[in-house]
Amino acid sequence: MKNHTISVLLQNKPGVLSRVTGLFSGRGYNIESLCVAETLDPGISCLTLVSKGDEQIIEQITKHLHKLIDVIKVTDISEKEYVEREMALIRVKAEAATRAEVLRVIDIFRGKVVDVSARSYAVEVTGTASKIQAVIDILRPIGIKEIIRTGTIAMARADKKK
Amino acid sequence: MGKITGAQAIIKCLQEEGVKTIFGYPGGAVIDLYDSLMDSDIHHVLVRHEQGAVHAADAFSRCTGEVGVALLTSGPGATNGVTGIATAYMDSIPLVVLTGQVPRHLIGNDAFQEVDIVGITRPCTKHNYLVSDKDDIVSILREAFYIARTGRPGPVLVDLPKDLVASLITYPEKKPIRMQNYQPTYEPHIGQIAKACKLIMKARKPVFYVGGGVTLSDAGGELTELAKKLNIPVTMTLMGLGSFPGSHELSMGMLGMHGSYTANMAVSQCDLLIAVGARFDDRVTGKLDEFASNAKIIHIDIDPTSISKNVKVDVPIVADCRYALRAMNKWFDAEDSFSIAEEAARHEPWFNIIKEWTEQHPMTYKDDDTVIKPQYVIQMLDKLTNGDAIITTEVGQNQMWAAQFYHFNKPRHFITSGGLGTMGFGLPAAIGAQMAFPNKTVIDVAGDGSIQMNIQELATARQQGLPIKIAILNNNFLGMVRQWQELFYNRRYASTVMDIAPDFVKLADAFGAVGLRATKKSEVEAVIKEALATDNTVVMDFQVNPEESVYPMVPAGKSVADMLLV
Repeated sequence: MKNHTISVLLQNKPGVLSRVTGLFSGRGYNIESLCVAETLDPGISCLTLVSKGDEQIIEQITKHLHKLIDVIKVTDISEKEYVEREMALIRVKAEAATRAEVLRVIDIFRGKVVDVSARSYAVEVTGTASKIQAVIDILRPIGIKEIIRTGTIAMARADKKK
Repeated sequence: MGKITGAQAIIKCLQEEGVKTIFGYPGGAVIDLYDSLMDSDIHHVLVRHEQGAVHAADAFSRCTGEVGVALLTSGPGATNGVTGIATAYMDSIPLVVLTGQVPRHLIGNDAFQEVDIVGITRPCTKHNYLVSDKDDIVSILREAFYIARTGRPGPVLVDLPKDLVASLITYPEKKPIRMQNYQPTYEPHIGQIAKACKLIMKARKPVFYVGGGVTLSDAGGELTELAKKLNIPVTMTLMGLGSFPGSHELSMGMLGMHGSYTANMAVSQCDLLIAVGARFDDRVTGKLDEFASNAKIIHIDIDPTSISKNVKVDVPIVADCRYALRAMNKWFDAEDSFSIAEEAARHEPWFNIIKEWTEQHPMTYKDDDTVIKPQYVIQMLDKLTNGDAIITTEVGQNQMWAAQFYHFNKPRHFITSGGLGTMGFGLPAAIGAQMAFPNKTVIDVAGDGSIQMNIQELATARQQGLPIKIAILNNNFLGMVRQWQELFYNRRYASTVMDIAPDFVKLADAFGAVGLRATKKSEVEAVIKEALATDNTVVMDFQVNPEESVYPMVPAGKSVADMLLV
């Protein structure tokens, strides 16, 4: 079982998202993360979802997604060369003894501080899901107070031959 | 052109789609629609419960192949229809269900008779719409019909807020429907067809396993041609019965849990399974690992999600069954590198094995002159209607006996809730069928349990003057569950005893229908004859052997080796 990143183009209409999520809950498939926003064409949204399952399940998921009337295109991006990014906002304890350490860690991961208080920093980190996880693992001993993740978005790499 | 109301536009659009009969129940939110309906030539069948409206529309569609239409009011009207919609969805029946909705400014307000029916029916419709702009009413309705009848058919619900239905609109010109995101595949991939045909050439023990998809695509003719041409035996699912003539020697009858010994043995020992418009349902396969385990599998289905869902397939063909079978017939006709007659002759030894199985274990039951055997009633119905009636069923033992002992030789004559298994389906379905074919004999084969679920529709049948016949196989039990309790739960009959039931003869009389009763085997024939000769709704109460069971039976999740025989 491995993670698959599936990109779905769909009509930007009310109720469409619940058709997608209903498909997953109704058939017992997993959603690890889900991200959706408008494309260049405001009538069409792009949804990126990460799901876990064996080949047969992922095949069923893509077929079922495709069967939804409001879905225009389904691509299992993880079958291609692709780039993926996720962003996390992390509020981490930053008291006198650890303030410098937090900044150092954030710097290594090319994150930035977006909010400061006397006892904490809120930091922004982007990268692959595994990089975000690495930041979290390192900051956890210092003390994470709150964390918000966007979920993965992904894009297939351009075909170099074209 | 001048403006007309949304309601008038909807009726006009229904007429444009060729709708002549609809089934429904009025209410506050659809009162405008009903008002416009009065001025049209569309015949409205007033049911007594909304579930009945959807089942009747569903059966109308199953018999005719046209899109069935039901009209329900908002709130409880719509929710009462949900079982009907789910029934149609599971069996891929094209329906358009129109529901009234509260005016737009009240949506989300917990208004009187408001319910989010689009949300509720999302998992049991092919697609659904909440119309939010008056100028979309007609285009959405056209799209609904298009989606319902194309591809793998299914029910489509259109929710119509009352203020939109009452507003004035300009009726839009009819344009061909093009949907960027919805383009079902009809034509098979020709390479896959060749691959499949070559596999058939290699096979020595092939079997056709055909389902409701063959009926839905009206592919019975193409199937029969191919099976006869190549001398390949055919087994049908519950939904497929009638798509190949049941009396033909190549027919092995139904397969699955209550299928024939022959059909189940043939599938378990075949070397090639050709699945057409069937979906490897658990009631068909039993234990998956042992289903057709020695066979290569060809699977023809218009819905890609059906393919390799339960069973890994060797040659998938995504196509309309009729197009695919036609292409296969053509392929065999065009090939001159071999003789079709010789090819057919190669299946003769296999066919002989099959005939032997049927001789050893024919579809039968232990007859007994001291009681009425329910199977005997079905055989009598078959005999006295020359196997030509439209049979609707309820769900349970009555349904299985009807499937086993009535010989369906034509498609669209066996109307039954296969996938969802909805008790209470048969009576409203008989109404829908009789509305479609006023001159045909229509019989609802019922149990005493199921018939009570929608018995109120007797009034509908009477109001429409429908001469439907209802044959209740009355065993004072919820028979199928009782059978499981007998076999697997030490005969502990928990809540399956129905010894308090209405007097069905008096009940028929109360509705102005005719009630007849048979308590002895010798009375069965006369009762059926009298019913068939009566030009009125007739309820026949056959007091059958209470603890009769349906055999053969492959217990749930088991394989053919565990089949229980008569």
